[in-house]
Amino acid sequence: MTSTPLADRIGTGAPEPDSKAPPPARAGRHRALMPASIVLYVALIAIAVIYVLPFLINVVTAFKTEPDATANPLALPVNWTTAAFHTLFTNSDFPTWVKNSFIVAVFVTAGRVFFDSLAGYALARLDFRGRNVVFALLVAVMAVPSVVLMIPKFLVLNQFGMYDSYAGMIIPLLVDAAGVFIMKNFFESIPRSVEEQASIDGAGTFRVFWSIVLPMARPALVTIIILSFQGSWNELPHFIISTQSPGLTTLTKGVASLASGQLSSGNQYPIKLAAAAIMTIPVAVLFFVFQKRIMNSSDGAVKE
Amino acid sequence: MAGRKRPPRRQGAAGWLFVSPTIVVLGLFLLVPVLMALWVSFSDWSGVGSPLSSGVKFVGTKNYQQLLSGGSLAETNFGTSLRNNAWYVVFVVPIQTAVALLLAVLVNRQVLRGRGFFRTAFYFPSVTSSVAITVLWLFLFSTTGAVNKALSFIGVHGPNWFNDPDGIVHLALRLFGVDRGPAALTGHTALGVSWWDWFAGPSVAMSAFIMMAVFTTSGTFMLLFIAALQNLSSEVQEAAMMDGANGWQRFWRITLPQLRPTLFTVLTLGLIGTWQVFDQIYTGTRGAPDNTTVTPSYLSYTTAFGSQQWGQGAAIAFILFVIIVVLTLVQRSVLRERAVSKRRMRLYDPARLTGAAATTAKETSR
Repeated sequence: MTSTPLADRIGTGAPEPDSKAPPPARAGRHRALMPASIVLYVALIAIAVIYVLPFLINVVTAFKTEPDATANPLALPVNWTTAAFHTLFTNSDFPTWVKNSFIVAVFVTAGRVFFDSLAGYALARLDFRGRNVVFALLVAVMAVPSVVLMIPKFLVLNQFGMYDSYAGMIIPLLVDAAGVFIMKNFFESIPRSVEEQASIDGAGTFRVFWSIVLPMARPALVTIIILSFQGSWNELPHFIISTQSPGLTTLTKGVASLASGQLSSGNQYPIKLAAAAIMTIPVAVLFFVFQKRIMNSSDGAVKE
Repeated sequence: MAGRKRPPRRQGAAGWLFVSPTIVVLGLFLLVPVLMALWVSFSDWSGVGSPLSSGVKFVGTKNYQQLLSGGSLAETNFGTSLRNNAWYVVFVVPIQTAVALLLAVLVNRQVLRGRGFFRTAFYFPSVTSSVAITVLWLFLFSTTGAVNKALSFIGVHGPNWFNDPDGIVHLALRLFGVDRGPAALTGHTALGVSWWDWFAGPSVAMSAFIMMAVFTTSGTFMLLFIAALQNLSSEVQEAAMMDGANGWQRFWRITLPQLRPTLFTVLTLGLIGTWQVFDQIYTGTRGAPDNTTVTPSYLSYTTAFGSQQWGQGAAIAFILFVIIVVLTLVQRSVLRERAVSKRRMRLYDPARLTGAAATTAKETSR
C-alpha cells in the first residue's frame, strides 16, 4: 500500500527506498503503529524461514554422504564432502545438460522479450481489423493444456525435420501467450498521452514502440525476462517430446531421470540434491541481478 | 478528413506486422498440432506413420466413450485422475492467490526494513525449476526426511507422505470414527469411481504436491500483485485516509477493487496451470501411490506414449481442455458479476464516490 505519492520516490532518485528515513510528517503516525509493526515483522520472519529453510537443507545435504543424509536430514553434515559434485561433473552427462539448458534459455528469453511486447503493444494500442479475433484466439491458446500438444507437437516437429535438434527445442517456445497477455495488460495501464505526443511529432509506429513505449515498460519487461528464462529453464514436457539423443538432453530432463533413480542403487539424495542446487544457480543469479528493478518501477512519466 | 483516414490504415499494417511472429509460432506449434490431435482423438491411429495417412480410420467418439462410460479400466483411471486433479485445484488456487496477495501487500508497505530480503525470500522458490524442487520435496517429505524429523520435535509422528494413498477428508472423518462411507455413497459410481472415493480429498501424497505448488507459485503471483500495487494512484488512498478509513477498510474497499484486473489474471493463470500438473508427477511419483497422484495430463502422456493408445491419450487431453475452458469462463462471469454489483453499491454511497470513480475509469478505459 503506497502512501506517499509515487513522484516523491522517483524524485529522490534513491536507489534504496527502504534505507531512507520516513518523512517527518509521518513520524507520529509511525510511532503509533509500532505494536502492529512488531507483529508484522514477526509474521514476515516466520514466513521467510519457511521459504528459505528448504533451500538451506538442499545445499547442506548436497555436501553429505548418503547414510548421513538419510539418518540426519536436519543436521549439518558429520563430514563435509564434495563427492556428489565430483560424481556429477566427472562421471555423468551433467555438463552437457547444463550447456543445452543455457543455449535454449538464452534464445527463448530474447525471442519472448521482443515478440511478446510487440504483440502485446499491438493488441493494447494499435487499431487494426481483426484485433479482437487475434486476442480471442490468444486467450483460447492460453487455455490449451501443453500436454494436449505433446503428441501432435512431436508429429509437427518430425514433419519439418526439426525433431531432435536445437531448432525444434527453441522455435516452438519463442512466443508465449501468457507473456503477450501480461504485456498487453501493462501497456493498457500506461497513459496514452506520451505516445500521442510522439506521433504528433511524426514518429512512426515502430519508432514510438521501440524508443518511447518499450523503455516505459521496463517493469513489465523485467517480469517477462524472469518468467521466460525461468519458464524455458523449467520446461520439461517439450524436451521430452522434441529430443531423444543424450547430446540434446537438458537439465530438467536429465535431473528428472536422476530423480526416478535410473542410475544405480541407493537413494542417492546428495547427488540428486547437488544437481538440483546447481540447476537453481543461473535463475537465482538472474533474479538477483534484476530484483532492484522489479520494485523500483519507472512508471509515472505522466502523472494525471 | 483525409488526414484522419491515413493513421488507421498505417496502424492496421503495423498491427498485423507486430502480431505476425506470435501468430506464426503459435499457429504452427499450437493451432495446427491441436487440430491434428483433435483428429487423432477421433481415429484409431496406432502411432505408426503419419496420423494423416490413408490407413488411419475415423472411429467416431469411441475413444471418448471408453473414457466416459463402459466401466473399463480406462474409465476408472480417468475418473481417478480427474478426482485427484480437482482436489489439487480446489486447494492450490485459492491458497496460492491469497498467499501471493498477502505477501505482496506485506512487502509493498512504505516503511519496511529488510524489504529486499523478504522479497527475495518469497520469490526465490518461484525461480527454481519444478524438477529441482520436486527432487528437494522428495527428500524433505521422505519417511525419514526433514519434515517428519521436524514434526517429531513437537511429538507428532509424521505420515509416510509420498507413499500414503489415504485421502485427507477420509482421514479427518476417521478421527470421528467414520471408517467407511454410507451405502448411498459407496454404492454409486461416477466415471468408475465411487462417490465416497470422489469425496476422499487429496491423498497425503497429493497434499505434499499441493504444499509444493503454493510454495513455488506464490512468489510469481506476488510479483504481479506488487507491479499492480505500484501502479495504483496514491491519491485515492490518501483521500480515504483523510476520511478516516483504517488500513483494513482501505485494503478491502479501495485496494482490492482496483486490483481486480490483476486478480483476474492471477486466478486465470492459476486455474489453467493447476489443471496441467505434469512435471512434478513425471519427476516424482509417476502416479503412485495407488494412482492417487495421477493427473489427466500425466495419464494422457502415459496412455499415448506408454501404452500406445494415442486416440485415447488425445481424447483425455481434449476433455481436459474443455474442463479448463469451461471453468475459466465460469470464473470470469463470477468475477464480472461481483464487479458490477459492488460498483453500483458504491455509487449510492457518497463517501466512496472517489473510489468508485477511479474503478469505473479504469474499467471503461479497457
